[in-house]
Amino acid sequence: MNFPILSSIIFLPLLGAIFIFLFKDDKENNKSAVYVSLFTSLANLILCLFLWSLFDRDFSGFQFVEEKNWISGLIKFKLGIDGISILFIILTALIAPICIISCINSVKERVKEFLIAILILETFMIGVFSSLDLVIFYLFFEAGLIPMFLIIGVWGGPRRVYSAFKFFLYTLLGSVLMLVAIITIYWLTGTTDLVEIYKIRIPKEYQHILWLAFFSSFAVKMPMWPVHTWLPDAHVEAPTAGSVILAAILLKMGGYGFLRFSIGMFPVASEYFVPLIYFLSVVAIIYTSLVALMQEDMKKLIAYSSVAHMGYVTLGIFTFTKQGLDGSIYQMISHGLISAALFLSVGVLYDRTHSRLINFYGGVVNYIPKYSLIFIIFALAALGLPGTTGFLGEFLILIGVFKKNYLIGLLATIGVVLAAAYMLWLSKRVIFGDVKNQEIKALKDINFLEGTILSVLVIFIIVFGFYPDPLLDTMNVSVNDLLDNYQKDLIHHLKAGK
Amino acid sequence: MINNLNILLPEIFLSISIFFILMVGVFVNKSYNLVTNLSFLSLIILILIIFNNDNTSIKIFSESFVRDSYGNFIKILILLGSIFVLYSSQLFIKENNISKFEYPIIILLAILGMFFMVSSNDLILFYLGLELQSLALYILAAIDRDNTRSTEAGVKYFVLSALSSGLLLYGCSLLYGFTGSTNFEIINSQIDPDSTGSIFAMVFILVGLAFKVSAVPFHMWTPDVYEGSPTSVTSFFSVVPKVAGLAVIIRFMQTPFANILVEWQSIIIFISVASMILGAVAAIGQNNIKRLIAYSSIGHIGYALAGVATGTISGYKSSIVYITIYVVMNIGVFACIFLMKKDGKYTEEIKDLSGISKRHPLLAISFLIILFSLAGIPPLGGFFAKFYVFMSVIESEMYVLAIIGLLTTVISAFYYLRIIKIIYFDNLIKPLDQIKNINITGTIFLSCFILITFFLYPAALNSIVNLAFDY
Repeated sequence: MNFPILSSIIFLPLLGAIFIFLFKDDKENNKSAVYVSLFTSLANLILCLFLWSLFDRDFSGFQFVEEKNWISGLIKFKLGIDGISILFIILTALIAPICIISCINSVKERVKEFLIAILILETFMIGVFSSLDLVIFYLFFEAGLIPMFLIIGVWGGPRRVYSAFKFFLYTLLGSVLMLVAIITIYWLTGTTDLVEIYKIRIPKEYQHILWLAFFSSFAVKMPMWPVHTWLPDAHVEAPTAGSVILAAILLKMGGYGFLRFSIGMFPVASEYFVPLIYFLSVVAIIYTSLVALMQEDMKKLIAYSSVAHMGYVTLGIFTFTKQGLDGSIYQMISHGLISAALFLSVGVLYDRTHSRLINFYGGVVNYIPKYSLIFIIFALAALGLPGTTGFLGEFLILIGVFKKNYLIGLLATIGVVLAAAYMLWLSKRVIFGDVKNQEIKALKDINFLEGTILSVLVIFIIVFGFYPDPLLDTMNVSVNDLLDNYQKDLIHHLKAGK
Repeated sequence: MINNLNILLPEIFLSISIFFILMVGVFVNKSYNLVTNLSFLSLIILILIIFNNDNTSIKIFSESFVRDSYGNFIKILILLGSIFVLYSSQLFIKENNISKFEYPIIILLAILGMFFMVSSNDLILFYLGLELQSLALYILAAIDRDNTRSTEAGVKYFVLSALSSGLLLYGCSLLYGFTGSTNFEIINSQIDPDSTGSIFAMVFILVGLAFKVSAVPFHMWTPDVYEGSPTSVTSFFSVVPKVAGLAVIIRFMQTPFANILVEWQSIIIFISVASMILGAVAAIGQNNIKRLIAYSSIGHIGYALAGVATGTISGYKSSIVYITIYVVMNIGVFACIFLMKKDGKYTEEIKDLSGISKRHPLLAISFLIILFSLAGIPPLGGFFAKFYVFMSVIESEMYVLAIIGLLTTVISAFYYLRIIKIIYFDNLIKPLDQIKNINITGTIFLSCFILITFFLYPAALNSIVNLAFDY
């Protein structure tokens, strides 16, 4: 593999952003900026699909590895993907053009800067999923804060300043501890190369504290209860495209981090902290579902539902069963699609009426039937209706959980019922029921652009709901590897312990 | 003897050019421009001289003056910092009627003092260099003599600094009394870690040095002097003397106090932690950008001292890397402040920046880059500075120091974010004046360029610093 396809996927959006940056600021150019950014992000999507076609599903280990000397003698700039990360990269590349299209309708001022922020963010996000070095990972992981902070703060709602600060400081606080851990790992093992660290195996006595440091970062990003409070604020205040990226991709970094780093590097600690994760996840599933039930703001409701869904993901990851891990990854991808779709749908309503309050709406179906159909599909997918991606993920996770712990499985299942409750109630109040407001009568149905992006998501959600094999096949070998290594490491450390 | 003079060439050249430029200034009418250009010229020639300087370590004049790669690196850093500070502040100097020909000459004198400071291998030479530097800085602080704030700053700085110099001198004399010599090497071999006297001497010297780099608890002068002095002087204060001070602290740790490292270390750890915390917390409430930068620079010195606190070569290297990136960032931030002009008057209030991103997108983005870099957010240069420091801190297993340091970066991120919030999120009240000045924009561009592209090849600075410590 001579052509550095991974680096090109990472840095293509950045190039696009630099190109747009050089434009002069006026109306005409705003339009061409949209085209340029759309072009780059679509080109990136095509590159990613091309990458997927080249991807060898039966190969265990990392593919498309690129290595360059970076800080001489200390750190290598190392990229590479396996069956897990490629899915997230494709998800990112898919969501980015959707965001760009959605902002044609919703972002009215400083369009150019907005597009630059989205493209730079895309670079950083893909970088997170493809880096094979802890420091490079941290670099991309943290760098994403800057564009997201600006997206929330500049284009956000009335309480945007508070939310942007909360988002930034929470995440930063979590990740500085991870930085300490990364540096400690460097001095323990002499490298920050992930593949090397897998081989070297971090000493048992350090694992717990290092695991906690990584946990603090991923738990905030995920977000897990009780550090989830930044998420509803950030979601509510962020513009539509910001919420979409936040829900669809940024949250997945936490789950991805658990998979790649916590389990991979600290098997003993991961096993040790299972009860903690189970407890936090179950609380997240039940408590935040209940909280979601009581929300008056649609975006906040979806945000809390995200926390609950992410609770399933952590639960699934820490079952250490094939089904649990498959389910978690599948759930993350599916949540990426569904939550993006839901936020986009809310954005469609918000662009027309400038209200997100549930009470404001009612009987929407009478005036905009096409929109209502799509919204109902997304709501059903979110509550895990069989035939959508949402069902598969939760189902696999619950199989995994029941294998491990019956009680936790039972508790987690309550969450499924609650999800149905808040989603159906939301649909009932917004889509059906009496028309409460004169403004609703004047609503226009979705236009061509909105229709395109929403139906793309509908297609993905349903197709992968019925036919998950392409995704499951892609990650199959990598998940098996992950579990194998985990078991081996555990046995190795147990023997060493005796 | 002639060989010795050859080694001393940079200092001799600087002294002669100072006298020459002084004569030009005195005998030519309205000589500010001429004097400034001559000063630039001599600074640039100095850089070339030092570049061509041999890097092998040589001690001359009864081993009181040392020339080595470390000193040369620091001198070049001082020169580059001074050149860019002076270069970007020209417009400000002219518009605020402080364009007196003494201005650049005093800066040259301060640089001469710093040169002797960083190259000294003897307490006497060290003290003389330090005093020359300090005297020049007192005058500089009060250069806007018709302005009460500026003169107040000058007097305040003079009184406190004289006190700290006195303490330092007392420490030097104690050291001489307990070791019988003023030479660093002899002190190193004679100093007795168990004798209270030498510890006292060390503490006094450290107090004096901590004052010069404005580390807590000897930082009280910093906000007032930074705020009171003209901005062009503040930008000099916040960059160049810090480099010299830190360099001297590191040299002291390497030679005269190498044997009482443990005692010295515990004090530096305290100073470092206190500076980081105070710098982070006290800056939050500031409304004047110069005061804010003052507290921020206190915090940054705390991080640089964290590297020194390790007491290892890699720690010293990381502090030098830190201070180098800090110089780039601070020059950039002050260049941005030089553009803060409203209705023909220079302003220092942060709230005057509100919403300028709509009218001055380039200034706003430069502020953004530099402030995020000061906050230490990757992938900007400031992150790597912190990264290297904490690398070496954790290498020495000082986990508490590392965690406190990183937590204070979160706190200090808050006030940098606050400025960004004011620039980007708030509504435009009134745009700033349009200033088209290639000096300032060029400096800002260069600073931002370095900070952004630093991540492409972060090893470059390291390898230079490695060379500097290779003696």
